[in-house]
Amino acid sequence: MSGLKIKEKTIVVPGEILAAGMDYLPSFGTYREGDNIRAGRLGIAQVEGKVIKLIPVSGRYLPKRGDMIIGKIIDVSMSGWRVEINSPYSAMLMTKEATNEFIDKGANLTRIYNFDDYIVCGITNVSSQKLVDLTMRGPGLRKLRGGRIIEVNTHKVPRIIGKSGSMVGMIKHATGVNIIVGQNGLVWLNSEEPAMEVLAVETIRKIEAEAHIAGLTDRIKEFLEKKTGKKIELGSEQREERKDFERKEFENGNGESQ
Amino acid sequence: MTTTTYKKREDGRKFNELRPVEAEVGIIKRADGSARFKIGKTEALAAVYGPRELVPRFMQNPKRGILRVHYNMMPFSGSGNRVKPGGNRRSKELGVVIRDSLMPVINLNEFPNAVVDIFIEFPQTDAGTRCAAITAAAMALADAGLLMTDLVSSVAVGRIADKIVVDLDYSEDSHEEGTDIPIAIIPSTGEISLLQMDGFMTKKQLFEAINEAKEAVKHLNAVQMKALKNKYKAEE
Repeated sequence: MSGLKIKEKTIVVPGEILAAGMDYLPSFGTYREGDNIRAGRLGIAQVEGKVIKLIPVSGRYLPKRGDMIIGKIIDVSMSGWRVEINSPYSAMLMTKEATNEFIDKGANLTRIYNFDDYIVCGITNVSSQKLVDLTMRGPGLRKLRGGRIIEVNTHKVPRIIGKSGSMVGMIKHATGVNIIVGQNGLVWLNSEEPAMEVLAVETIRKIEAEAHIAGLTDRIKEFLEKKTGKKIELGSEQREERKDFERKEFENGNGESQ
Repeated sequence: MTTTTYKKREDGRKFNELRPVEAEVGIIKRADGSARFKIGKTEALAAVYGPRELVPRFMQNPKRGILRVHYNMMPFSGSGNRVKPGGNRRSKELGVVIRDSLMPVINLNEFPNAVVDIFIEFPQTDAGTRCAAITAAAMALADAGLLMTDLVSSVAVGRIADKIVVDLDYSEDSHEEGTDIPIAIIPSTGEISLLQMDGFMTKKQLFEAINEAKEAVKHLNAVQMKALKNKYKAEE
């Protein structure tokens, strides 16, 4: 019996047989053992032509070059800062990548970024030993002042951002809250109006919970309209806003290694 | 070798019948992965944290991540007697044994210098804790999104007098003519990743027991898969 053994877009668990025979090819998250293609992790199975791959639904954030993330300063050393980035590994921000200012030898670096400061930064490099290098050079990369940080499932981040920032743009537009979504699952929100900040958090939680159900944008739009009592026009204006800080590419890397 | 015969199990089960099993995934919200597995009166809660940075640094392995298993019976978990809290020699050994039975399916090459911690707690025990621990931990690891070639399912089989029995409870485990064999099996290949024996039996009986275990874990594996799919059902 050869052929596909599971329905497309269903949850599969490690070891589960996805396909039998040589008609299909194993891709990300799957492996071949003898005649069978099996799942190598928990995820949603996707079939593209002859290729079977898994979309992860759980697991921690793995740093990737080109990602824009939110991090917290946990240590200050001679040459830079150590940054906690909600992943198995902490990252390093060198002074050179942090500022254009001239810094005296042995200067007190806490003047620039102090312990427990949150920063929006970009990942410039991830080594095989998972040493992560950060940069503050780039549009929108900066220290965060005020506001609040919430943690979301990193695998839902693309849905929160939406196509070229449309989803987060809509929330910002409707609530007037300043939002920055880090690829590592940390989200920063800041607003003059606490009630709106709460609404924005609520909306993000809703997206997280319903990310898989079709018609997400419309449902979120409806939800926001009901809560704010204002009509939302979906235009290009909020997409442009996103460009300020969303930068997928550093140097030549396109950021998509998988 | 044996003089007596074992005619009927105390709780009325068939000789190859498991105790009632329950499994649930995602019970501990703040953990990266978690699961509950209950078999009869034995209940295991497993929580996975990580991969995360490993301190102290001298324990780090630059080639791949390491797995640590913490096994703990809660003070009130035994049958009447209070279990002294904190680790002891037995729990330390079981942690190592459980880790070794899980290692064959887990790939931590992507996480040099990091650690994955599994904490397994028992609110209630009635023999077969290491097997329940392995079964629960496998689900929790899958829930944490780690790379795994398969789950691991585990059950104890054994001999009471002249009979081969599956899934011993405490009264059978402590039977004076009893032999207890915890077995962990990787379902896809049928490989055995844990095999211990406390007592004695003939070679023929041992093979018979292993075959019974292979049959029994098929059911346990199905229970594990169902529990995992249940948690993420909404995402399909």
